[in-house]
Amino acid sequence: MLKILAARHHQGYRTFPYPKELPSLPDRLRGRPKLDASRCPPDCKLCEEICPTQAIRRTPQGLSLDLGRCLFCPACEQACPTQAVQFTTEHRLATRRREDLQWDGREFALARQLDEACRRLFGRSLKLRQVSAGGCNACEADTNVLTTIGWDLGRFGIQFVASPRHADGLLITGPVSRNMELALRKTYEAVPPPRLVIAVGACAIAGGPFMDSPQVLNGAAAVVPVDLFIPGCPPHPLTILDGLLRLLGRLEK
Amino acid sequence: MIPNGNATPLADIPELEFAGFRQRVLEATGAGARISALFGFPTSAQNIALMAVLAHDQAGRLELLRSSPLSKSYPALTPDCPQAHWFEREVAEQWNIKPEGHPWLKPIRFHAPYSPAGGDSTNRNAASVAPGVTSYFQVEGEEIHEVAVGPVHAGIIEPGHFRFQCHGERVMHLEISLGYQHRGVEPSLRGGPNVRTLVAMEAVAGDTTIGHTTAYCQILESLGQALVPARAQYLRAIALELERLANHTGDLGALAGDVGFLPTASYCGRIRGDFLNMTALLCGNRFGRGLLIPGGVRFEADAERLEKLDTQLTAAFEDATSAIELLWNTSSVRARFENAGALSRQTALALGLVGPAVRACGVEQDVRRDFPWGIYCFSQMPVSTFPSGNVYARAFVRWLEIQRSVAFIRELIRTFPDGPVQTLAMSPAPQHLAVALVEGWRGEICHVAATDAAGRFAFYKIVDPSFHNWFGLAMALREQQISDFPLCNKSFNLSYCGHDL
Repeated sequence: MLKILAARHHQGYRTFPYPKELPSLPDRLRGRPKLDASRCPPDCKLCEEICPTQAIRRTPQGLSLDLGRCLFCPACEQACPTQAVQFTTEHRLATRRREDLQWDGREFALARQLDEACRRLFGRSLKLRQVSAGGCNACEADTNVLTTIGWDLGRFGIQFVASPRHADGLLITGPVSRNMELALRKTYEAVPPPRLVIAVGACAIAGGPFMDSPQVLNGAAAVVPVDLFIPGCPPHPLTILDGLLRLLGRLEK
Repeated sequence: MIPNGNATPLADIPELEFAGFRQRVLEATGAGARISALFGFPTSAQNIALMAVLAHDQAGRLELLRSSPLSKSYPALTPDCPQAHWFEREVAEQWNIKPEGHPWLKPIRFHAPYSPAGGDSTNRNAASVAPGVTSYFQVEGEEIHEVAVGPVHAGIIEPGHFRFQCHGERVMHLEISLGYQHRGVEPSLRGGPNVRTLVAMEAVAGDTTIGHTTAYCQILESLGQALVPARAQYLRAIALELERLANHTGDLGALAGDVGFLPTASYCGRIRGDFLNMTALLCGNRFGRGLLIPGGVRFEADAERLEKLDTQLTAAFEDATSAIELLWNTSSVRARFENAGALSRQTALALGLVGPAVRACGVEQDVRRDFPWGIYCFSQMPVSTFPSGNVYARAFVRWLEIQRSVAFIRELIRTFPDGPVQTLAMSPAPQHLAVALVEGWRGEICHVAATDAAGRFAFYKIVDPSFHNWFGLAMALREQQISDFPLCNKSFNLSYCGHDL
């Protein structure tokens, strides 16, 4: 008993003060990149050629990056001879519409909050059922970490529940393997409407590293309508939390 | 016989008549060799041969065997060699070749068979390969009941289907049916390496990003005869041990949670994140995405960064020690851990288990010592074992490994060499076969690649440690209470996606 108390004293209070303050992020974190097409040498397409998921394209208008496909790997940044692509530690990435992830480096349409009726329903209590459908366990792990004492998701009224019948929505990870299609559909149908669907990670948005494999469906939207897209491979826990809170209208900026 | 991380011309692998192949595998495994991989190998557009990678732990050598091309069936190895059980089911499913006399021939991933010509299973017949639809072992009797769980489970966890045959609370048999996470990884690698290959390797199993990517890099480096600079080998080893630290710490927390001991459960959940953040300090990603590249690593670590790593490691290890030692000092935890999920040394060896699961049965087996690669050739790490084979043993081995990994990383930081972190990878040699073993946090990871005449991957095989160990979990559940399933399951903590590929 005394040892348990001594350990409790040693461990201290460890919940981040977020959203009042941002927790410290690794300096090399690859969040939303800066795109500066004016630096691109003529006819250079190195980024396009090296991108594993054809997320970045050189267009006549400049550079175009599909953040839904982007794995936030360092390939394009390291291949670029003129630093036209530079990752920043900007963690805010979630959007409400798939097309908003198509980014040209200018304005970024961060996720808007739910409409008033849904916000009254879910704004202070959101129960989610998580479904991994071909996920590699990285998105799952960094979703799970939100429930630890560091992030303490419960203080925002958000909780992961064991049954879809108890849930207000699904949080889906993975490219949706064919072998999970039926289970995902059944789980969705078991959630009483109105229900939300949140796609977390490059796989659930566009298929990720397994895009176009005949064994996957290239993301959750192939099976169910998606209300929130959270990009990353996997997204940082802060990116996921930012998306969830934004959806509920709990963040000011 | 080749050492770990070597390539050999395909023509140098002797082709044995099937009877001779079978006899040699049985002889070698009977004398203590382990099957690291056993798979169907396309030798032409029509033909499949069996190929085996046998690990001789004592000698530190890998024996490669190839059979003559098979017709539609062959006499199964499993009745004489239980280690082959899961491998032969995979052969049957992937290539539609029947191991005659296999006692438990059922799909493991539920996909249509591949074609030796390189076609994919796009023409799947939905009726015949619906996931989870197969015959299950059933116990009959008036007081017997069956419990079916999954594929979607209660927590944030990957999908799999479990069937328990129970008498009251007592589990007589557990059957595990997987395949829900099947993404078609192996066929998608054919024709590579290309821009997609590395990121696919990083996502074979997200919690083992460094482990699988290390194996893949070794494959390419052995095929291209690239010499990876020492500084890169140091950084790879640090990342691999950080991966072990994060997962072992998380597992110990989850084990505490499964017996209702909340202090360790809550502390370890957070401390696991501290270790992940150290990986992010090296490369920007908590799982090590983007760090490794064939030929070296992509990110430099200067003295200042290493010092920061050292400071963070010391703090996290202090926190981990305070949290984890509570487990061994709390009698209620010990009682629950000691009385669940025992597996005998004999069973573990017969099934060919790997990693902490086999070391917890008192078996000294660790790729880092038996088949060292990279920096492990120069800096040895003791093998952590515990004899009792139960949940307690699997937990305690993790704690021993945590302590040794921390000491190892500190030693690497102290002796960090100068020099570049990347070398130019040369193009892969044509018509070669390469094998790479890595001790991931779950155990032995095995990658095997064969190149065609142009030096592209004609074939790629991945064996995640979970592939060896899932049946071990099923055996550990026998005669246990069904309510102990979460605890036993977590004590193995196997990968669904790494198995399903």
